[in-house]
Amino acid sequence: MTNMDDAAYKKYAAKRAAKSNLAADCAKAFFVGGLICCIGQGLHDIYTWLGMSEDNVKALVPMTLVFLAALLTGLNVFDNIAKFAGAGTLVPITGFSNAVVSPALDTKAEGFILGVGAKIFTIAGPVILYGTLASVIYGVIKYIVGLF
Amino acid sequence: MENVMNYVWAFVIGGGFCVIAQVLIDLTKLTPARILVLYVVAGVILTGVGLYQPLVDFAGAGATVPLTGFGYSLAKGVEKALSERGLIGAFLGGLTATAGGITTAMVCGWLASVVFRGKPKG
Repeated sequence: MTNMDDAAYKKYAAKRAAKSNLAADCAKAFFVGGLICCIGQGLHDIYTWLGMSEDNVKALVPMTLVFLAALLTGLNVFDNIAKFAGAGTLVPITGFSNAVVSPALDTKAEGFILGVGAKIFTIAGPVILYGTLASVIYGVIKYIVGLF
Repeated sequence: MENVMNYVWAFVIGGGFCVIAQVLIDLTKLTPARILVLYVVAGVILTGVGLYQPLVDFAGAGATVPLTGFGYSLAKGVEKALSERGLIGAFLGGLTATAGGITTAMVCGWLASVVFRGKPKG
């Protein structure tokens, strides 16, 4: 350790920092992501308790989470949570919502058609495209398998 | 007590999905957008091979709230439409089942762009 030159020390420090960052990042992502899922579970239980049908509950839980994330994005709060939580806010459906709302806000100056209208799908577009594509492929395979 | 366990497993499994993504972000060059696409497609595939439904039964919102759950909804929607309408259902079921989330995101995104101020680049 004592004879380490400058470059070697920097490398060593960076390696140590990366390791501790990964552990801390994962802990934060786990905590916030878990919490968001618990909020989802809570919404599910509240809507069920209110007597809503299972289909409506299934639709309303993601809709509520998307709405809340959109509101927090608009109020500039979401970014601060996301900076702390990393994948903890990205992976739940809140991340999808933020990916739609954030570019919509930032591209307002470019107009409502090619600004907001187009950029709203910068990240949501690929997600919807490849998700839908995968589901169609699955459906066609399932149909063909079902013929035999 | 069973009710409390629902929340414990929602927390653990949902948090677990986030940790996997965090590791991928920190250790590989995968961007957040790629992670989201990966998760949705993985959700469709895992549902197709029958692995995701047991996880949903076990962890509830811990499995449905992460983006893999979006893929799960797409696949379940296709299954339902297939059984009701045949092959055409493969093209109808996915977006039908996920319409709520997608439409809410679009409506909220547009409304937010009207109501709130963004941060233009530069």
